[in-house]
Amino acid sequence: MSSGSAGQKPVDQALAQEFGLTAEEYGNVLSIMRRAPTLTELGIFSVMWSEHCSYKSSRVWLKTLPTTAPWVIHGPGENAGVVDIGQGLAAIFKMESHNHPSFIEPYQGAATGVGGILRDVFTMGARPVANLNALRFGSPDNPQTRRIVDGVVRGVGGYGNCVGVPTVGGEVNFHPAYDGNPLVNAMTVGVARQDRIFLSAAAGIGNPVVYVGSKTGRDGIHGATMSSSEFDEDALAKRPTVQVGDPFVEKLLIEACLELMATDAIVAIQDMGAAGLTSSSVEMAGKGGVGIDLDLDAVPQRERGMTAYEMMLSESQERMLIVIRPDRTDVARAIFDKWELDFAVIGHLTDTGHIVVRHHGQVEADIPLDPLADQAPIYRRPTVPSPAPAPLGPITDPLGIEQALIRLIGCPDLASRAWVWNQYDSTVGGQTVKRPGAADAAIVKIEDTSIGLALTTDCTPRYCRADARLGGAQAVAEAWRNIVATGARPLAVTDNLNFGSPEKPEVMGQFVSAIEGMGEACRALDFPVVSGNVSLYNETRAPDGSSVSILPTPAIGGLGVLDDVTAAIGLSMPADCTLVLVGATSGELGQSLWLREVHGREDGPPPTLDLAAERRNGDFIREQILSGAVVACHDIADGGLLVTLAEMVMAGDVGCVLLAPQSGMRPEAFWFGEDQSRYVVAVRDADAFTLAATQAGVDTRVLGHSGGNGLTLPSGATISIARLNAVNSAFFPALMDQ
Amino acid sequence: MKAGIVVFPGTNRERDMAIALRTVTGRAPAMIWHRETDLPDLDLVVLAGGFSYGDYLRCGAMAAHAPIMAAIRRFAEAGGHVLGVCNGFQILTETGLLPGALLRNAALRFLSQDCHLRVERNDTPFTRHWATGDVFRTPMAHGDGNYIADADTIKALEGEGRVAFRYARPDGRVDPGDRLSNPNGSVNAIAGVLSPNLRICGMMPHPEDLVDPLMGGEDGKPLFEGLVEALVR
Repeated sequence: MSSGSAGQKPVDQALAQEFGLTAEEYGNVLSIMRRAPTLTELGIFSVMWSEHCSYKSSRVWLKTLPTTAPWVIHGPGENAGVVDIGQGLAAIFKMESHNHPSFIEPYQGAATGVGGILRDVFTMGARPVANLNALRFGSPDNPQTRRIVDGVVRGVGGYGNCVGVPTVGGEVNFHPAYDGNPLVNAMTVGVARQDRIFLSAAAGIGNPVVYVGSKTGRDGIHGATMSSSEFDEDALAKRPTVQVGDPFVEKLLIEACLELMATDAIVAIQDMGAAGLTSSSVEMAGKGGVGIDLDLDAVPQRERGMTAYEMMLSESQERMLIVIRPDRTDVARAIFDKWELDFAVIGHLTDTGHIVVRHHGQVEADIPLDPLADQAPIYRRPTVPSPAPAPLGPITDPLGIEQALIRLIGCPDLASRAWVWNQYDSTVGGQTVKRPGAADAAIVKIEDTSIGLALTTDCTPRYCRADARLGGAQAVAEAWRNIVATGARPLAVTDNLNFGSPEKPEVMGQFVSAIEGMGEACRALDFPVVSGNVSLYNETRAPDGSSVSILPTPAIGGLGVLDDVTAAIGLSMPADCTLVLVGATSGELGQSLWLREVHGREDGPPPTLDLAAERRNGDFIREQILSGAVVACHDIADGGLLVTLAEMVMAGDVGCVLLAPQSGMRPEAFWFGEDQSRYVVAVRDADAFTLAATQAGVDTRVLGHSGGNGLTLPSGATISIARLNAVNSAFFPALMDQ
Repeated sequence: MKAGIVVFPGTNRERDMAIALRTVTGRAPAMIWHRETDLPDLDLVVLAGGFSYGDYLRCGAMAAHAPIMAAIRRFAEAGGHVLGVCNGFQILTETGLLPGALLRNAALRFLSQDCHLRVERNDTPFTRHWATGDVFRTPMAHGDGNYIADADTIKALEGEGRVAFRYARPDGRVDPGDRLSNPNGSVNAIAGVLSPNLRICGMMPHPEDLVDPLMGGEDGKPLFEGLVEALVR
């Protein structure tokens, strides 16, 4: 056994601690190995047992989420979730975070986040058809924010545009809680034939293990460990742990893998993501119940003199590991030669149940796989429930409706995102039916079919901080609602759970409550979780030494299907339609954007959520859209009813005239309350629509009608569409192009 | 019309182009791999959009030296019709089949948005389904679309009527200094140019992405309909 050629430092508990293992975890390593590990072995244990790879703090809670439905083909556990979308096709999708790297090096952090999630999807045999991303940045007033927004947006675009996958949707929010820890959650959706889905469980003793893609370098070593701890004041010194992406190679890799997948050569395949060669080989062999021998001398290398430790922990991008049928090796090699990508047989499967890593003829690691997986740490960390938010109490309206609307549609969280979207290629592929902003969910057609996919990402972190359980449920419900509002049938979600340090009981309390709320909503709406990712330790060290957590942010990526994509509707409405509010309104202003933008307050309870009403209203809306009764639809979310109407007016360049609500409640509560489970629809036949609603037990209220060149309030005051657009589109250019 | 689309490593709008061609011809175009040294029997060669060779070195610079390009040059010299869109336009300027160059967009950011193009002449195979002065909407998606050439070249292009399309306002007015209507800052708001024999056309925006009402309109379709009509045999 080699001592590890790079092992200048002795392999002991101190080094284990440096690698992120606790004393107890290192004790387990010793008892599994029955000797001191080599440096390479310690590296393998430390990344496999990192929070990022092992989900040690979250696993017990993730298991409580509903993950099945008749249309679910593969739930969590594979590289991505797989659902039946009809006509023998499957949608394969997942969302994943790249938060820590994006703070350290925004361009490459975001770019490689996109690259990584693409690989998770095409590794299962799917051609990627859409990307989305949920981005959360610090306060626009923070001098760092501009640099991070600029780099992240360029990185998302730089990678996605080059690989030729349209970026069709997502979210952008700002809050000071993300000042030192932005969130970059990237989602990819792909489509495959149901009988051509590829899994990662290795099989066939003696079968060759093939490495394809880019060469291995020294980048990203210990990236998974970095993502499993808090930032300190030296965060920017960790830049070398950030990987560098090459979208051109990724594009070639997609085409080469899909070409190989059309043959019968592949037994199992997995991308080399976090913890690179280590996690891909360990997970593939572990899932298949076999052993694996790797010969690192055969690994394509970008740099000279790399050690076994460095190669096993490198997170160089654009690499895949494939178990291949031995009689098809030449077929496979020819495909990768055609695409000018590296192809190397670097090992084979064994019956030993061990991973054995050789380098320069020396055994650098020899670890039994079962205990590496089975004895991975699992923690049920202490939790403290968050106190219930105090009631809002009486509140004044110092601005009036018109001024408040102007302030809201110009604020960072509601301003037009066109500056961002316009840097992402949203049309490549020629299948984008609803581009960003055109509908509540992006709509992408599946080429050569009538099927459309409805895609969205959602979360309202300020609700989650006030009440994590409700916030978790609301994120799921809003994703469901956004899909329903296009006419699509919601199928399943992927989740990206971004939280602070799990070692803080209050953060762990938020995490557990959010999962409870998500599970509740997923069950009520038949909207199971089929894939996901957890990102913890999203904390920043404040100058006074204290550690500040981000807002709890369980981002939800939702997917729905339209059997006939021509039925999809969006926000823009023609003139002479009746505008109808669907869903009950009680004027809930707690945690509303109105409260924040007008009063500078972020308090009170978030709006209540009645999941039975959510289901009833949504099922009614979808039925009415598919029957052709609804011309335009927009769900009511951040900013409330009047903001929703203004967005519909701006989307279609057609105004509206509103009636006095006669609701009995204060005007600001009616127009800006963020009551849930509501939609605004434009219909041709209001009587028929409201009658059908009454029969379905759904509340409606006629708001006015569409037409004209502005938004006319019940007072008679009109805000021109030109003014709405000018106010709405000012924020991003003013922040970024100064 | 028999059409073929060249695929380089990194080409990514070949599928969009194939859909547009299939829409007007009723049959799938040939896909031609960059390592080929001969072209099949074709009436139209299309260089599609994307990031050939990752845009490394310079957009289109490496593709210009791919084995297939010698065959395309022979095809063009023999009077063949060639359409280059986006990266395809960049490749045509790098090979010298069209004059000028495409610089980084004036705002130094990738631009993915709809723009409006004014048709400058309608007596070419690429523009015959429009009237001169017509304005049509089309998506654009590029980081390097800022057309430039030396003063003599621009003078020649303008004098010989070899500007096919200009970026314009929806009402047809052209204002090269206006970033809204000429988003990438192209000189004289030039969006597409022609070879002296009017059989080679390069343009930055993507008419192939607007040939279906479901995707927002058919504004780009006349370009392909005109080619089918001109190149029927």
